[in-house]
Amino acid sequence: MTTSPVPTMNGDSVDTDRARTWVQAIAAAVDQHKDHLTQLDSAIGDADHGTNMHRGFSAATTAVAAMEPDTVGAALITAGTTLISTVGGASGPLYGGAFRAIGKALDTPTAGTQQLAAALAAGLASIQKLGAAAPGDKTMIDAYAPALAAFQQQAGAGADLAAAATAAADAAEVGMRSTTPMQARKGRASYLGARSIGHQDPGATSTALVFRALAETLGAR
Amino acid sequence: MKKFINAPEAVLAEALSGIAAAHPELKVDAENKVISRGDAGRRGKVALVSGGGSGHEPLHGGFVGLGMLDAACPGEVFTSPVPGQMLAAAQAVDGGAGVLFIVKNYTGDVLNFQMAAELAAEEGITVETVLVDDDVAVKDSTWTAGRRGTGATVFVEKIAGALAEQGAGLAAVAEMAKRVNAASRSFAVALTACTTPASGKPGFDLPEDEMEVGVGIHGEPGRRREKLRPAKEIVATALDAILTDQPLDTGDETIVMVNGLGGTPLIELYVVFNEVAAALADKGVVVARNLVGNYVTSLDMAGASLTVCRADADMLSLWDAPVNTPALRWGS
Repeated sequence: MTTSPVPTMNGDSVDTDRARTWVQAIAAAVDQHKDHLTQLDSAIGDADHGTNMHRGFSAATTAVAAMEPDTVGAALITAGTTLISTVGGASGPLYGGAFRAIGKALDTPTAGTQQLAAALAAGLASIQKLGAAAPGDKTMIDAYAPALAAFQQQAGAGADLAAAATAAADAAEVGMRSTTPMQARKGRASYLGARSIGHQDPGATSTALVFRALAETLGAR
Repeated sequence: MKKFINAPEAVLAEALSGIAAAHPELKVDAENKVISRGDAGRRGKVALVSGGGSGHEPLHGGFVGLGMLDAACPGEVFTSPVPGQMLAAAQAVDGGAGVLFIVKNYTGDVLNFQMAAELAAEEGITVETVLVDDDVAVKDSTWTAGRRGTGATVFVEKIAGALAEQGAGLAAVAEMAKRVNAASRSFAVALTACTTPASGKPGFDLPEDEMEVGVGIHGEPGRRREKLRPAKEIVATALDAILTDQPLDTGDETIVMVNGLGGTPLIELYVVFNEVAAALADKGVVVARNLVGNYVTSLDMAGASLTVCRADADMLSLWDAPVNTPALRWGS
Protein backbone atom coordinates (compact mmCIF):
# COMPACT_ATOMS: atom_id res chain seq x y z
CA MET A 1 0.00 0.00 0.00
CA THR A 2 1.21 3.48 -0.82
CA THR A 3 0.55 6.24 1.62
CA SER A 4 0.11 9.62 0.04
CA PRO A 5 1.67 12.55 1.78
CA VAL A 6 -1.09 14.68 3.23
CA PRO A 7 -1.16 18.09 1.58
CA THR A 8 -0.46 20.92 4.00
CA MET A 9 -3.21 23.22 5.10
CA ASN A 10 -2.66 25.66 2.28
CA GLY A 11 -2.54 22.84 -0.23
CA ASP A 12 1.21 23.19 -0.73
CA SER A 13 1.80 20.15 -2.85
CA VAL A 14 2.41 19.15 -6.41
CA ASP A 15 -0.57 17.38 -7.94
CA THR A 16 -1.07 15.76 -11.31
CA ASP A 17 -2.25 19.01 -12.89
CA ARG A 18 0.78 20.92 -11.75
CA ALA A 19 3.11 18.23 -13.08
CA ARG A 20 1.46 18.62 -16.44
CA THR A 21 1.59 22.39 -16.21
CA TRP A 22 5.33 22.18 -15.54
CA VAL A 23 5.87 20.28 -18.79
CA GLN A 24 3.75 22.84 -20.66
CA ALA A 25 5.63 25.72 -19.04
CA ILE A 26 8.96 24.24 -20.13
CA ALA A 27 7.62 23.87 -23.67
CA ALA A 28 6.52 27.51 -23.66
CA ALA A 29 9.91 28.67 -22.35
CA VAL A 30 11.79 26.57 -24.89
CA ASP A 31 9.57 27.94 -27.65
CA GLN A 32 10.34 31.47 -26.52
CA HIS A 33 14.11 30.86 -26.21
CA LYS A 34 14.52 28.49 -29.14
CA ASP A 35 16.65 30.82 -31.24
CA HIS A 36 18.77 31.82 -28.26
CA LEU A 37 19.52 28.16 -27.44
CA THR A 38 20.44 27.46 -31.04
CA GLN A 39 22.60 30.57 -31.18
CA LEU A 40 24.52 29.48 -28.05
CA ASP A 41 24.90 26.00 -29.55
CA SER A 42 26.11 27.49 -32.80
CA ALA A 43 29.09 29.08 -31.02
CA ILE A 44 30.41 25.90 -29.41
CA GLY A 45 28.31 23.04 -30.73
CA ASP A 46 26.29 22.12 -33.77
CA ALA A 47 23.49 24.70 -33.77
CA ASP A 48 20.59 22.38 -33.04
CA HIS A 49 19.84 22.59 -29.31
CA GLY A 50 16.89 24.97 -29.65
CA THR A 51 15.39 23.04 -32.53
CA ASN A 52 15.77 19.68 -30.80
CA MET A 53 14.41 20.83 -27.44
CA HIS A 54 11.49 22.51 -29.17
CA ARG A 55 10.61 19.35 -31.10
CA GLY A 56 10.87 17.27 -27.92
CA PHE A 57 8.89 19.46 -25.54
CA SER A 58 6.19 20.16 -28.13
CA ALA A 59 5.73 16.40 -28.46
CA ALA A 60 5.85 15.96 -24.67
CA THR A 61 3.16 18.62 -24.20
CA THR A 62 0.90 16.86 -26.67
CA ALA A 63 1.55 13.51 -24.98
CA VAL A 64 0.77 14.71 -21.45
CA ALA A 65 -2.30 16.66 -22.58
CA ALA A 66 -3.83 13.42 -23.83
CA MET A 67 -3.44 11.51 -20.58
CA GLU A 68 -5.38 11.21 -17.31
CA PRO A 69 -2.50 10.75 -14.87
CA ASP A 70 -3.22 9.19 -11.46
CA THR A 71 0.15 10.09 -9.94
CA VAL A 72 2.26 13.23 -10.04
CA GLY A 73 5.00 11.28 -11.76
CA ALA A 74 2.93 9.69 -14.52
CA ALA A 75 2.94 12.77 -16.73
CA LEU A 76 6.67 13.28 -16.13
CA ILE A 77 7.46 9.67 -17.05
CA THR A 78 5.45 10.10 -20.25
CA ALA A 79 7.22 13.39 -20.95
CA GLY A 80 10.60 11.69 -20.43
CA THR A 81 9.77 8.78 -22.70
CA THR A 82 8.57 11.22 -25.34
CA LEU A 83 11.80 13.23 -25.09
CA ILE A 84 13.89 10.08 -25.55
CA SER A 85 11.94 9.17 -28.67
CA THR A 86 11.86 12.63 -30.25
CA VAL A 87 14.85 14.80 -29.27
CA GLY A 88 17.86 12.75 -30.39
CA GLY A 89 21.38 13.92 -29.67
CA ALA A 90 22.66 13.74 -26.12
CA SER A 91 19.85 15.94 -24.82
CA GLY A 92 17.19 13.32 -25.59
CA PRO A 93 18.51 10.57 -23.31
CA LEU A 94 19.80 13.04 -20.70
CA TYR A 95 16.60 15.07 -20.30
CA GLY A 96 14.36 12.10 -21.05
CA GLY A 97 16.12 9.91 -18.51
CA ALA A 98 16.01 12.71 -15.91
CA PHE A 99 12.25 13.27 -16.30
CA ARG A 100 11.62 9.53 -16.12
CA ALA A 101 13.68 9.31 -12.92
CA ILE A 102 11.90 12.32 -11.41
CA GLY A 103 8.53 10.84 -12.38
CA LYS A 104 9.29 7.42 -10.91
CA ALA A 105 10.09 9.07 -7.57
CA LEU A 106 6.69 10.81 -7.55
CA ASP A 107 4.42 7.75 -7.57
CA THR A 108 1.69 9.34 -5.45
CA PRO A 109 -1.31 11.55 -6.29
CA THR A 110 0.35 14.52 -4.61
CA ALA A 111 3.87 15.31 -3.44
CA GLY A 112 5.34 17.73 -0.94
CA THR A 113 8.62 19.61 -0.83
CA GLN A 114 10.71 16.76 0.61
CA GLN A 115 9.43 14.25 -1.92
CA LEU A 116 10.07 16.65 -4.79
CA ALA A 117 13.60 17.28 -3.49
CA ALA A 118 14.25 13.54 -3.55
CA ALA A 119 12.76 13.26 -7.04
CA LEU A 120 14.93 16.09 -8.38
CA ALA A 121 17.96 14.33 -6.86
CA ALA A 122 17.01 11.17 -8.75
CA GLY A 123 16.89 13.26 -11.94
CA LEU A 124 20.43 14.53 -11.39
CA ALA A 125 21.65 11.02 -10.63
CA SER A 126 20.24 9.83 -13.95
CA ILE A 127 22.02 12.59 -15.86
CA GLN A 128 25.31 11.87 -14.12
CA LYS A 129 25.02 8.13 -14.70
CA LEU A 130 24.38 8.52 -18.43
CA GLY A 131 26.56 11.51 -19.22
CA ALA A 132 29.40 10.86 -16.77
CA ALA A 133 29.95 14.59 -16.43
CA ALA A 134 30.98 16.34 -13.24
CA PRO A 135 30.41 19.90 -12.04
CA GLY A 136 32.77 22.24 -13.86
CA ASP A 137 32.69 20.28 -17.15
CA LYS A 138 30.50 23.00 -18.75
CA THR A 139 27.32 20.97 -19.07
CA MET A 140 23.71 21.01 -17.85
CA ILE A 141 25.00 19.67 -14.53
CA ASP A 142 26.51 23.08 -13.77
CA ALA A 143 22.96 24.47 -13.62
CA TYR A 144 21.22 21.37 -12.23
CA ALA A 145 23.54 20.61 -9.30
CA PRO A 146 23.33 24.08 -7.69
CA ALA A 147 19.57 24.19 -8.36
CA LEU A 148 19.10 20.88 -6.56
CA ALA A 149 21.33 21.98 -3.67
CA ALA A 150 19.29 25.17 -3.27
CA PHE A 151 16.00 23.25 -3.39
CA GLN A 152 17.24 20.73 -0.81
CA GLN A 153 18.51 23.47 1.46
CA GLN A 154 15.15 25.29 1.32
CA ALA A 155 13.23 22.05 1.81
CA GLY A 156 15.38 21.22 4.83
CA ALA A 157 14.67 24.64 6.27
CA GLY A 158 10.94 24.03 5.95
CA ALA A 159 10.30 26.38 3.04
CA ASP A 160 7.19 25.92 0.90
CA LEU A 161 7.32 24.59 -2.64
CA ALA A 162 7.23 27.96 -4.33
CA ALA A 163 10.12 29.33 -2.25
CA ALA A 164 12.21 26.20 -2.75
CA ALA A 165 11.57 26.17 -6.50
CA THR A 166 12.35 29.87 -6.80
CA ALA A 167 15.64 29.39 -4.95
CA ALA A 168 16.41 26.48 -7.28
CA ALA A 169 15.64 28.56 -10.39
CA ASP A 170 17.84 31.41 -9.14
CA ALA A 171 20.69 29.00 -8.40
CA ALA A 172 20.29 27.36 -11.82
CA GLU A 173 20.67 30.74 -13.50
CA VAL A 174 23.79 31.55 -11.48
CA GLY A 175 25.13 28.11 -12.43
CA MET A 176 24.24 28.71 -16.06
CA ARG A 177 26.20 31.96 -16.11
CA SER A 178 29.14 30.27 -14.36
CA THR A 179 29.63 28.04 -17.42
CA THR A 180 30.84 30.96 -19.56
CA PRO A 181 34.47 30.99 -18.36
CA MET A 182 34.68 27.19 -18.18
CA GLN A 183 36.52 25.01 -20.69
CA ALA A 184 34.23 22.21 -21.84
CA ARG A 185 35.33 18.71 -20.91
CA LYS A 186 32.21 16.84 -22.04
CA GLY A 187 29.87 17.03 -25.00
CA ARG A 188 30.48 18.49 -28.40
CA ALA A 189 31.87 21.77 -27.06
CA SER A 190 34.81 19.79 -25.63
CA TYR A 191 36.15 19.35 -29.17
CA LEU A 192 36.95 23.07 -29.22
CA GLY A 193 39.31 22.77 -26.28
CA ALA A 194 40.27 26.20 -24.93
CA ARG A 195 38.13 27.87 -27.61
CA SER A 196 35.02 26.78 -25.71
CA ILE A 197 35.93 29.33 -23.00
CA GLY A 198 33.88 32.53 -23.08
CA HIS A 199 30.60 30.97 -24.25
CA GLN A 200 27.61 30.09 -22.08
CA ASP A 201 26.71 26.40 -22.25
CA PRO A 202 23.45 25.74 -24.15
CA GLY A 203 22.59 22.68 -22.00
CA ALA A 204 23.02 24.62 -18.76
CA THR A 205 20.86 27.34 -20.30
CA SER A 206 17.98 24.98 -21.11
CA THR A 207 18.30 23.45 -17.63
CA ALA A 208 17.85 26.93 -16.13
CA LEU A 209 14.65 27.24 -18.21
CA VAL A 210 13.41 23.94 -16.77
CA PHE A 211 13.88 25.16 -13.18
CA ARG A 212 12.43 28.62 -13.89
CA ALA A 213 9.39 26.88 -15.37
CA LEU A 214 9.08 24.79 -12.19
CA ALA A 215 9.23 27.94 -10.03
CA GLU A 216 6.56 29.59 -12.16
CA THR A 217 4.37 26.50 -12.00
CA LEU A 218 4.63 26.14 -8.24
CA GLY A 219 4.41 29.87 -7.60
CA ALA A 220 1.24 30.29 -9.63
CA ARG A 221 -1.84 29.36 -7.63
CA MET B 1 20.59 30.62 -46.90
CA LYS B 2 20.33 29.25 -50.42
CA LYS B 3 19.34 25.60 -50.45
CA PHE B 4 17.29 23.20 -52.55
CA ILE B 5 14.69 22.63 -49.87
CA ASN B 6 10.96 23.14 -49.46
CA ALA B 7 10.92 23.63 -45.70
CA PRO B 8 13.73 23.07 -43.16
CA GLU B 9 11.66 20.64 -41.08
CA ALA B 10 10.77 18.56 -44.17
CA VAL B 11 14.32 17.97 -45.40
CA LEU B 12 14.92 14.58 -43.78
CA ALA B 13 11.56 13.05 -44.72
CA GLU B 14 11.75 14.32 -48.29
CA ALA B 15 15.35 13.18 -48.74
CA LEU B 16 14.34 9.70 -47.50
CA SER B 17 11.54 9.61 -50.05
CA GLY B 18 14.09 10.61 -52.67
CA ILE B 19 16.43 7.80 -51.64
CA ALA B 20 13.53 5.34 -51.85
CA ALA B 21 12.69 6.57 -55.36
CA ALA B 22 16.31 6.50 -56.55
CA HIS B 23 17.16 3.12 -55.03
CA PRO B 24 14.28 0.65 -55.34
CA GLU B 25 16.72 -2.09 -54.28
CA LEU B 26 16.66 -0.59 -50.76
CA LYS B 27 13.78 -0.59 -48.29
CA VAL B 28 12.95 2.76 -46.76
CA ASP B 29 10.77 2.73 -43.66
CA ALA B 30 9.51 6.31 -43.70
CA GLU B 31 7.78 6.07 -40.34
CA ASN B 32 10.76 4.77 -38.36
CA LYS B 33 13.29 6.47 -40.64
CA VAL B 34 15.28 3.34 -41.40
CA ILE B 35 17.03 2.50 -44.68
CA SER B 36 17.69 -1.22 -45.08
CA ARG B 37 18.81 -3.75 -47.66
CA GLY B 38 16.07 -5.23 -49.79
CA ASP B 39 17.21 -8.71 -48.73
CA ALA B 40 17.84 -7.81 -45.08
CA GLY B 41 17.26 -10.40 -42.39
CA ARG B 42 19.03 -13.22 -44.21
CA ARG B 43 19.18 -16.24 -41.85
CA GLY B 44 22.52 -16.67 -40.17
CA LYS B 45 24.12 -13.49 -41.44
CA VAL B 46 25.41 -10.99 -38.90
CA ALA B 47 23.63 -7.69 -39.55
CA LEU B 48 25.43 -4.35 -39.50
CA VAL B 49 23.47 -1.30 -38.36
CA SER B 50 24.84 2.21 -38.26
CA GLY B 51 23.37 5.64 -38.02
CA GLY B 52 23.92 9.17 -36.92
CA GLY B 53 22.82 12.66 -37.66
CA SER B 54 21.95 13.52 -41.24
CA GLY B 55 24.01 15.97 -43.26
CA HIS B 56 26.94 13.56 -43.78
CA GLU B 57 25.63 11.91 -46.93
CA PRO B 58 26.41 9.48 -48.41
CA LEU B 59 27.16 8.29 -44.82
CA HIS B 60 25.29 6.17 -43.67
CA GLY B 61 22.34 5.43 -45.97
CA GLY B 62 24.57 5.44 -49.05
CA PHE B 63 26.51 2.50 -47.63
CA VAL B 64 23.55 0.17 -47.22
CA GLY B 65 23.74 -2.84 -49.49
CA LEU B 66 25.66 -5.99 -50.33
CA GLY B 67 28.98 -6.20 -48.50
CA MET B 68 28.43 -3.22 -46.24
CA LEU B 69 25.57 -2.09 -43.98
CA ASP B 70 22.27 -3.91 -43.54
CA ALA B 71 20.54 -0.81 -42.22
CA ALA B 72 21.12 2.85 -41.48
CA CYS B 73 19.20 5.15 -39.14
CA PRO B 74 19.41 8.79 -40.15
CA GLY B 75 18.65 11.34 -37.44
CA GLU B 76 17.71 14.95 -37.96
CA VAL B 77 20.52 17.07 -39.42
CA PHE B 78 23.56 16.75 -37.12
CA THR B 79 21.39 15.13 -34.43
CA SER B 80 21.77 11.50 -33.47
CA PRO B 81 18.83 9.24 -34.24
CA VAL B 82 16.59 8.06 -31.38
CA PRO B 83 16.60 4.59 -29.74
CA GLY B 84 13.26 3.58 -31.29
CA GLN B 85 14.73 4.03 -34.76
CA MET B 86 17.73 1.87 -33.99
CA LEU B 87 15.53 -0.81 -32.44
CA ALA B 88 13.32 -0.82 -35.53
CA ALA B 89 16.44 -1.18 -37.68
CA ALA B 90 17.79 -4.05 -35.57
CA GLN B 91 14.44 -5.84 -35.74
CA ALA B 92 14.24 -5.33 -39.50
CA VAL B 93 17.65 -6.83 -40.26
CA ASP B 94 18.40 -9.39 -37.55
CA GLY B 95 18.77 -12.81 -39.12
CA GLY B 96 19.32 -14.58 -35.81
CA ALA B 97 23.10 -14.21 -35.89
CA GLY B 98 23.13 -10.91 -34.04
CA VAL B 99 23.51 -7.26 -34.88
CA LEU B 100 26.61 -5.07 -34.84
CA PHE B 101 25.98 -1.40 -34.03
CA ILE B 102 28.64 0.81 -35.61
CA VAL B 103 28.59 4.04 -33.63
CA LYS B 104 30.58 7.19 -34.21
CA ASN B 105 31.91 8.48 -30.90
CA TYR B 106 29.67 11.41 -30.04
CA THR B 107 27.87 11.61 -26.71
CA GLY B 108 24.42 11.70 -28.33
CA ASP B 109 25.05 8.78 -30.67
CA VAL B 110 26.62 6.73 -27.88
CA LEU B 111 23.74 7.32 -25.43
CA ASN B 112 20.99 6.63 -27.96
CA PHE B 113 22.65 3.47 -29.33
CA GLN B 114 23.26 2.30 -25.75
CA MET B 115 19.54 2.64 -24.98
CA ALA B 116 18.70 0.88 -28.25
CA ALA B 117 21.04 -2.00 -27.39
CA GLU B 118 19.21 -2.46 -24.09
CA LEU B 119 15.83 -2.42 -25.86
CA ALA B 120 17.08 -4.90 -28.47
CA ALA B 121 18.38 -7.23 -25.78
CA GLU B 122 14.92 -7.19 -24.20
CA GLU B 123 13.57 -8.29 -27.61
CA GLY B 124 16.02 -11.19 -27.69
CA ILE B 125 18.39 -9.67 -30.25
CA THR B 126 22.11 -10.08 -29.54
CA VAL B 127 23.87 -6.77 -30.08
CA GLU B 128 27.55 -5.89 -30.11
CA THR B 129 28.69 -2.29 -30.42
CA VAL B 130 31.85 -0.86 -31.93
CA LEU B 131 32.76 2.78 -31.36
CA VAL B 132 34.59 4.63 -34.11
CA ASP B 133 36.96 7.30 -32.78
CA ASP B 134 39.61 8.16 -35.34
CA ASP B 135 39.87 11.96 -35.27
CA VAL B 136 43.29 12.89 -33.91
CA ALA B 137 42.41 16.60 -33.75
CA VAL B 138 40.71 15.74 -30.45
CA LYS B 139 42.91 14.42 -27.69
CA ASP B 140 41.74 11.16 -26.22
CA SER B 141 41.22 11.29 -22.47
CA THR B 142 39.06 9.55 -19.92
CA TRP B 143 38.05 13.04 -18.70
CA THR B 144 36.55 14.10 -22.01
CA ALA B 145 34.11 12.76 -24.57
CA GLY B 146 37.14 11.24 -26.33
CA ARG B 147 38.02 11.39 -30.01
CA ARG B 148 35.34 11.92 -32.63
CA GLY B 149 34.32 9.30 -35.14
CA THR B 150 34.76 10.48 -38.73
CA GLY B 151 36.26 9.03 -41.92
CA ALA B 152 37.28 5.67 -40.48
CA THR B 153 33.57 4.84 -40.30
CA VAL B 154 33.65 4.12 -44.04
CA PHE B 155 36.56 1.71 -43.61
CA VAL B 156 34.93 -0.02 -40.64
CA GLU B 157 31.60 -0.41 -42.46
CA LYS B 158 33.24 -1.70 -45.66
CA ILE B 159 35.65 -4.18 -44.08
CA ALA B 160 33.38 -5.50 -41.31
CA GLY B 161 30.53 -5.63 -43.85
CA ALA B 162 32.58 -7.82 -46.16
CA LEU B 163 33.43 -10.19 -43.32
CA ALA B 164 29.76 -10.46 -42.32
CA GLU B 165 28.85 -11.13 -45.96
CA GLN B 166 31.28 -14.09 -45.91
CA GLY B 167 29.36 -15.59 -43.00
CA ALA B 168 31.61 -14.78 -40.04
CA GLY B 169 30.05 -14.74 -36.56
CA LEU B 170 29.17 -11.66 -34.53
CA ALA B 171 32.27 -11.78 -32.32
CA ALA B 172 34.60 -12.03 -35.31
CA VAL B 173 32.86 -9.23 -37.19
CA ALA B 174 32.95 -6.97 -34.12
CA GLU B 175 36.61 -7.80 -33.55
CA MET B 176 37.49 -6.89 -37.14
CA ALA B 177 35.55 -3.62 -36.87
CA LYS B 178 37.53 -2.73 -33.75
CA ARG B 179 40.81 -3.64 -35.44
CA VAL B 180 40.05 -1.35 -38.39
CA ASN B 181 39.13 1.50 -36.09
CA ALA B 182 42.27 1.00 -34.02
CA ALA B 183 44.39 1.12 -37.17
CA SER B 184 42.80 4.32 -38.54
CA ARG B 185 43.43 8.01 -37.90
CA SER B 186 41.82 11.12 -39.42
CA PHE B 187 42.31 14.88 -39.51
CA ALA B 188 40.22 17.57 -41.22
CA VAL B 189 40.58 21.19 -42.30
CA ALA B 190 37.72 23.53 -43.29
CA LEU B 191 37.79 26.52 -45.60
CA THR B 192 34.19 27.59 -44.90
CA ALA B 193 31.55 26.91 -42.26
CA CYS B 194 28.41 24.98 -43.15
CA THR B 195 24.80 26.06 -42.85
CA THR B 196 22.17 23.78 -41.33
CA PRO B 197 18.68 24.11 -42.82
CA ALA B 198 17.26 24.84 -39.36
CA SER B 199 19.65 27.65 -38.41
CA GLY B 200 19.83 29.20 -41.87
CA LYS B 201 23.23 30.76 -41.38
CA PRO B 202 26.84 29.56 -41.30
CA GLY B 203 28.01 28.13 -37.96
CA PHE B 204 30.96 30.53 -37.81
CA ASP B 205 32.52 33.38 -39.79
CA LEU B 206 35.78 32.61 -41.50
CA PRO B 207 37.69 35.38 -43.29
CA GLU B 208 38.66 34.82 -46.93
CA ASP B 209 42.32 34.12 -46.08
CA GLU B 210 41.86 31.83 -43.07
CA MET B 211 41.06 28.18 -42.40
CA GLU B 212 39.79 26.16 -39.45
CA VAL B 213 42.24 23.40 -38.55
CA GLY B 214 41.09 20.23 -36.80
CA VAL B 215 37.37 20.46 -37.53
CA GLY B 216 34.76 17.80 -36.99
CA ILE B 217 31.82 17.02 -39.25
CA HIS B 218 29.11 19.02 -37.49
CA GLY B 219 29.97 22.56 -38.44
CA GLU B 220 31.58 23.32 -35.12
CA PRO B 221 34.79 25.37 -35.25
CA GLY B 222 38.07 23.46 -35.21
CA ARG B 223 40.88 23.34 -32.69
CA ARG B 224 42.49 26.49 -34.08
CA ARG B 225 42.32 29.05 -36.84
CA GLU B 226 45.24 29.67 -39.16
CA LYS B 227 46.14 31.60 -42.30
CA LEU B 228 45.33 29.69 -45.45
CA ARG B 229 48.40 27.98 -46.91
CA PRO B 230 49.20 25.97 -50.06
CA ALA B 231 47.69 22.45 -50.25
CA LYS B 232 51.12 20.90 -49.77
CA GLU B 233 51.54 22.57 -46.38
CA ILE B 234 47.98 21.81 -45.25
CA VAL B 235 48.52 18.15 -46.10
CA ALA B 236 51.81 18.20 -44.18
CA THR B 237 49.96 19.51 -41.10
CA ALA B 238 47.24 16.82 -41.37
CA LEU B 239 49.70 13.99 -42.02
CA ASP B 240 51.93 15.13 -39.19
CA ALA B 241 48.99 15.00 -36.76
CA ILE B 242 48.04 11.52 -37.99
CA LEU B 243 51.56 10.07 -38.01
CA THR B 244 52.45 11.55 -34.63
CA ASP B 245 49.52 9.64 -33.19
CA GLN B 246 50.22 6.47 -35.15
CA PRO B 247 53.70 6.27 -36.67
CA LEU B 248 54.05 4.24 -39.87
CA ASP B 249 57.12 2.32 -40.96
CA THR B 250 58.69 1.87 -44.36
CA GLY B 251 56.79 -0.85 -46.17
CA ASP B 252 53.56 -0.46 -44.18
CA GLU B 253 50.49 -0.86 -46.35
CA THR B 254 47.64 1.61 -45.99
CA ILE B 255 44.17 2.45 -47.18
CA VAL B 256 43.94 6.22 -47.61
CA MET B 257 40.85 8.35 -48.02
CA VAL B 258 40.86 11.98 -49.10
CA ASN B 259 37.32 12.99 -48.30
CA GLY B 260 35.47 16.13 -49.27
CA LEU B 261 33.33 17.79 -46.62
CA GLY B 262 30.60 18.69 -49.10
CA GLY B 263 31.61 22.01 -50.66
CA THR B 264 35.01 21.22 -52.13
CA PRO B 265 35.40 20.41 -55.84
CA LEU B 266 36.76 16.97 -56.70
CA ILE B 267 39.66 18.56 -58.59
CA GLU B 268 40.92 20.04 -55.30
CA LEU B 269 40.58 16.66 -53.59
CA TYR B 270 42.85 15.21 -56.25
CA VAL B 271 45.36 18.01 -55.62
CA VAL B 272 45.25 16.99 -51.96
CA PHE B 273 45.58 13.28 -52.77
CA ASN B 274 48.58 14.05 -54.98
CA GLU B 275 50.31 15.65 -52.00
CA VAL B 276 49.32 12.82 -49.64
CA ALA B 277 50.57 10.14 -52.04
CA ALA B 278 53.89 11.98 -52.53
CA ALA B 279 54.42 12.55 -48.81
CA LEU B 280 53.68 8.93 -47.93
CA ALA B 281 55.88 7.67 -50.78
CA ASP B 282 58.70 9.79 -49.32
CA LYS B 283 58.34 7.86 -46.08
CA GLY B 284 58.22 4.53 -47.88
CA VAL B 285 54.60 3.96 -46.87
CA VAL B 286 52.55 2.06 -49.43
CA VAL B 287 49.13 3.43 -50.38
CA ALA B 288 47.65 0.05 -51.24
CA ARG B 289 44.06 1.28 -51.76
CA ASN B 290 42.44 4.68 -51.80
CA LEU B 291 39.20 6.61 -51.96
CA VAL B 292 39.03 10.17 -53.24
CA GLY B 293 35.62 11.82 -53.12
CA ASN B 294 32.76 12.90 -50.88
CA TYR B 295 32.01 10.09 -48.43
CA VAL B 296 31.55 11.69 -45.00
CA THR B 297 30.35 15.22 -45.56
CA SER B 298 29.35 18.14 -43.38
CA LEU B 299 26.53 19.64 -45.48
CA ASP B 300 28.01 22.43 -47.64
CA MET B 301 31.28 22.88 -45.76
CA ALA B 302 34.29 23.46 -48.00
CA GLY B 303 37.08 21.36 -46.61
CA ALA B 304 38.73 17.99 -46.68
CA SER B 305 39.59 15.21 -44.30
CA LEU B 306 42.39 12.71 -44.54
CA THR B 307 42.04 9.19 -43.14
CA VAL B 308 44.90 6.70 -43.05
CA CYS B 309 44.36 3.07 -42.07
CA ARG B 310 47.34 0.78 -41.56
CA ALA B 311 45.91 -2.27 -43.27
CA ASP B 312 46.95 -5.87 -42.85
CA ALA B 313 46.42 -8.55 -45.51
CA ASP B 314 43.01 -9.55 -44.10
CA MET B 315 41.76 -5.98 -44.23
CA LEU B 316 42.98 -5.48 -47.80
CA SER B 317 41.35 -8.69 -48.96
CA LEU B 318 38.07 -7.70 -47.31
CA TRP B 319 38.39 -4.22 -48.79
CA ASP B 320 38.56 -5.82 -52.25
CA ALA B 321 35.50 -8.02 -51.67
CA PRO B 322 32.42 -7.10 -53.70
CA VAL B 323 30.32 -4.20 -52.49
CA ASN B 324 27.10 -2.88 -53.98
CA THR B 325 25.69 0.22 -52.31
CA PRO B 326 24.55 3.59 -53.65
CA ALA B 327 27.90 5.23 -52.82
CA LEU B 328 30.45 2.40 -52.98
CA ARG B 329 30.30 -0.27 -55.65
CA TRP B 330 32.87 -2.69 -57.04
CA GLY B 331 33.47 -6.38 -57.69
CA SER B 332 30.71 -8.64 -58.86
